[in-house]
Amino acid sequence: MSITTLINALPGALAQGLIWAIMAIGVYITFRILNVSDLTVDGTLALGGAVCIMCMVSGMNVWLSMLCAFGAGLLAGLTTGLFHTFMGIPAILAGILTQLSLYSVNLKIMGKANQAINVDKYDLLVSLRYIKGVALQKNTIFIVAMIVVVLIAVLYWFFGTELGCSIRATGCNGNMARAQGINTNFTTVLGLMLSNGLVAFSGALLSQYQGFADVQMGRGAIVIGLAAVVIGEAVFSKIFRNFALKLLSVAIGSIIYYVVMQVCIWFKIDTDLLKMLSAIIVAVFLAVPYWKTKYFTRVTVKKEEKADA
Amino acid sequence: MLEIKNVYKTFNPGTVNEKVALKGLNLTLNDGDFVTVIGGNGAGKSTMLNAVAGVWPVDMGKIIIDGQDITRLSEHKRAKYIGRVFQDPMMGTAATMGIDENLALAARRGEGRSLRTGITKKEREEYHELLKSLGLGLEDRMTSKVGLLSGGQRQAVTLLMATLKKPKLLLLDEHTAALDPKTAGKVLELSDKIVHEHNLTTLMITHNMRDAIKYGNRLIMMHEGHIIYDVRGEEKSHLEVSDLLLRFEQAGGEANDRMILS
Repeated sequence: MSITTLINALPGALAQGLIWAIMAIGVYITFRILNVSDLTVDGTLALGGAVCIMCMVSGMNVWLSMLCAFGAGLLAGLTTGLFHTFMGIPAILAGILTQLSLYSVNLKIMGKANQAINVDKYDLLVSLRYIKGVALQKNTIFIVAMIVVVLIAVLYWFFGTELGCSIRATGCNGNMARAQGINTNFTTVLGLMLSNGLVAFSGALLSQYQGFADVQMGRGAIVIGLAAVVIGEAVFSKIFRNFALKLLSVAIGSIIYYVVMQVCIWFKIDTDLLKMLSAIIVAVFLAVPYWKTKYFTRVTVKKEEKADA
Repeated sequence: MLEIKNVYKTFNPGTVNEKVALKGLNLTLNDGDFVTVIGGNGAGKSTMLNAVAGVWPVDMGKIIIDGQDITRLSEHKRAKYIGRVFQDPMMGTAATMGIDENLALAARRGEGRSLRTGITKKEREEYHELLKSLGLGLEDRMTSKVGLLSGGQRQAVTLLMATLKKPKLLLLDEHTAALDPKTAGKVLELSDKIVHEHNLTTLMITHNMRDAIKYGNRLIMMHEGHIIYDVRGEEKSHLEVSDLLLRFEQAGGEANDRMILS
């Protein structure tokens, strides 16, 4: 349990945290902006990985492969969106239905439960081998950090456009949005597509990073995404008010999550318990605002009254 | 301007909660009519406004605005013609968005929304002047989240939003009922001012009979899903609250305390 083992493991945690940050930003779009809990993402993450790896194995360029993964994510979001808006299925159930069908889809895409990709044979953009001792422009941490920064900039611009504003209005108050002539079904589907596209993109990076895509790789992804969102909000909500900074806090939340997990591993906590720990962390963080209003609302007593008594 | 032709609407048909809300409703508004709507609870006032706004489809009948049949048009498509202010101050605005952003959303009512910027610099200047005209000091807090405003301020902003892009029809659904009397009076005055400034065709529901008489050029009373009394112009301006109560009781309605006390 020497401290150097932990320090040596931190760059890896940072890289993973950054890759998952993209996923967490996708979750933020549905969970906080659109006000929908979208469980599709567990399937979408694996979908992104599967599509990216299979495209690369078939000889496609890495950027093109990631674009295909993004596109596949858009389609997954479209499916959930249509289940929800066109077929009237509650959002959570719509997500679960898509997620389940994606399990089959992913198996069919890969032809088996997992598919490896050799970092020596293919020109991967990111890999756990590219963390230490490589040139800066090939360093995974640097590359993913750049992608996250560009992504936040693009989303900041997008949610300031007419279309982006109409998505925000839909999530905030559907009645108001419709009264202002916004087709809330359309904006909901669009938000779900964007979110799942990002999650699939994150899955594409993750599968390259770990060197394989696995049909199980997205299990519990929604919880990690939510953990990043709630940790980021808990730490930064008082100081980060600007939308771009809020997205940044989600990204940092994701990094904090992976560093904490690394520390847990360093403490030799049984890794089988990690998913449960994540779930408990999310549950507690989500409960805090509720408890605050319910149990910790201070009844203010006026000073004069006190003096009288 | 607005024609409602023989409209029927039943909620929860075939269940124990079945409620016939509109029963052969007919109403024709002329251009520039400012109509106040009164009636007891469950008379169908809000249902009429929601039918016009297209919150849900009606069972039967036709709704026509400016010669165009909108009966089968979805809610967001009708929004092109209709400005709305709701009873609940929370309902008309997006709480987590800025005052300026809310206004910008409303300014694009009925238009396609593209990847152009959601609010331009020029708009901000216009909104600043517009908010100044309210006299509530909101022009200095343009980027504040609407959720931080009081109910009265939110209704004032919603009113601006509903009329920012001149609607063919303005629907006010008891929009002052949730406010304290002083604020309610202010918001009502503002509504009256805006309606006259733009010569808007307006339907305004109110529980306050005195307000119903004071404002507008026409008054209708609803009971059990249709209109039982329709008075306008000279005749309306000479009405007394007692006349309305009498009408109301003749129709078999029970006047509630809110109507008598107001």
